Amino acid sequence: MLLIRCPYCDMARPELEFRYGGQAHVARPADPATLDDAAWGEFLYVRSNPRGVAAERWRHAAGCGRFFNCLRDTVSDRILATYPAGAPAPDPAAPASGSGR
Amino acid sequence: MKFSFASVLSNALGGNAAWPAQWRSPEPKASYDAVIVGAGGHGLATAYYMAKERGLTNVAVIEKGWLGGGNTGRNTTIIRSNYLWEESEAIYEHAMGLWQELSTELNYNVMYSARGVMMLAHDRHDVETFKRHVHANRLAGIDNEWISAGEAKAFCPPLDVSPTLRFPVVGAALQRCGGVARHDAVAWGYARAASAMGVDIVQNCAVTGIRRDPSGAVAGVETSKGFIGAKKVGVVAAGHTSTVMAMAGVRMPLESYPLQALVSEPVKPFMPCVVMSNKIHAYMSQSDKGELVIGAGTDAYTSYSQRGALHISEHTLEAICELFPAVRRLRMLRNWGGIVDVTPDRSPIIGRTPVAGLFVNCGWGTGGFKATPGSGHVFAHTLATGEPHPIAAPFSLDRFRTGRLIDEAAAAAVAH
Repeated sequence: MLLIRCPYCDMARPELEFRYGGQAHVARPADPATLDDAAWGEFLYVRSNPRGVAAERWRHAAGCGRFFNCLRDTVSDRILATYPAGAPAPDPAAPASGSGR
Repeated sequence: MKFSFASVLSNALGGNAAWPAQWRSPEPKASYDAVIVGAGGHGLATAYYMAKERGLTNVAVIEKGWLGGGNTGRNTTIIRSNYLWEESEAIYEHAMGLWQELSTELNYNVMYSARGVMMLAHDRHDVETFKRHVHANRLAGIDNEWISAGEAKAFCPPLDVSPTLRFPVVGAALQRCGGVARHDAVAWGYARAASAMGVDIVQNCAVTGIRRDPSGAVAGVETSKGFIGAKKVGVVAAGHTSTVMAMAGVRMPLESYPLQALVSEPVKPFMPCVVMSNKIHAYMSQSDKGELVIGAGTDAYTSYSQRGALHISEHTLEAICELFPAVRRLRMLRNWGGIVDVTPDRSPIIGRTPVAGLFVNCGWGTGGFKATPGSGHVFAHTLATGEPHPIAAPFSLDRFRTGRLIDEAAAAAVAH
């Protein structure tokens, strides 16, 4: 079980308090009607699925209820950083701001 | 050598010292007609059917680890074909047909045992869903029947069907031709038969890149044992498909999750069939060694860790203990995880990719073992001809552009 630091509550809490929200930073196209099928399919279905550092969304469902983003190594499952939704992804090499693993 | 009563007897008398290696372990040649990435059940079956039915023996199967060491050796060995949609029914029933004679065909005992797969219904929603599946399957000529809770108890005596359970059993869908097979033997049997026909199986050889010629078509694969040329490359890499396809610049509609399974200490024959419950997430069968084989769920998040969180398996064991009170004091021997590649519609992807000469067979998610023979058979057609097999055609990568998804909620039998 992961120990995840919610950047709003500023507390490390067990994974059971959170809901996973999939890949982060997938921006909905501003005007979907202008997209062709390939681009729309890419937005809906295609995911990076990296073996290594992944940026992903979590929601603190049993806490503040808010979405935030998380950098996690998908091989070790170690969490490198958590940061508020809307903020750019931090450099994974920088010192961790979200503890736990 | 051929397995027969005479060969088993003569080797037994000789102290079993004379059995030869069951497949060759050659160094890779400089080039092949086709290279298959991944020596799991699906990849080896593909190579076998390419050699047997297409006469293509100048083929290599490249494996990063050891043969059958991925999801082929990590699944819960369940075989069934009671899927909802016609496309899925066709491919899983195709596999079901091949399972029937597989041991004879390969001259290798894959221990296919049609002991019945029973899927429990616990409430009205389950009843309606399963009856819909039963009717759809019967229309397609696929074995599946609705039985009452009493009949379920008679079919599997250790099952608790008392109405006082938190989620009582109110009925079940039973596929009698469903069952289990020995997963390792499936990989070994296909490897042995393919190798005997000339297919090279190269283990401990990681693919590190996919080389393309100036036109963009595939020219071969870079590996830890050097470059191997091939005009056709079939990627059958399960949970690591995204990683391999990224080497050719192809992004996939896949996410990789750890999926867990457990086995108990071995006990005397206890349950005669496979029992699955979607509602409370539990499935169990008994291996021929006597271990109870239990499947747990996927973790909530994508990972390549080949572990799984303890609370996931605890959740399944709680459900197992409710359905089978007799197992409550059994100890678990082992648990493990495998990395499964899950598509948005829970159906596999079999066929061409945007890169000429590059083919993919992936996305089997949490339920690929049962399809192994059928998957290999249709993918061999695709690799040999460059065109999708009619059964595989609906499972194209292109469906995520056209929107013609095959939304197969039955793919997992339990919700992952």
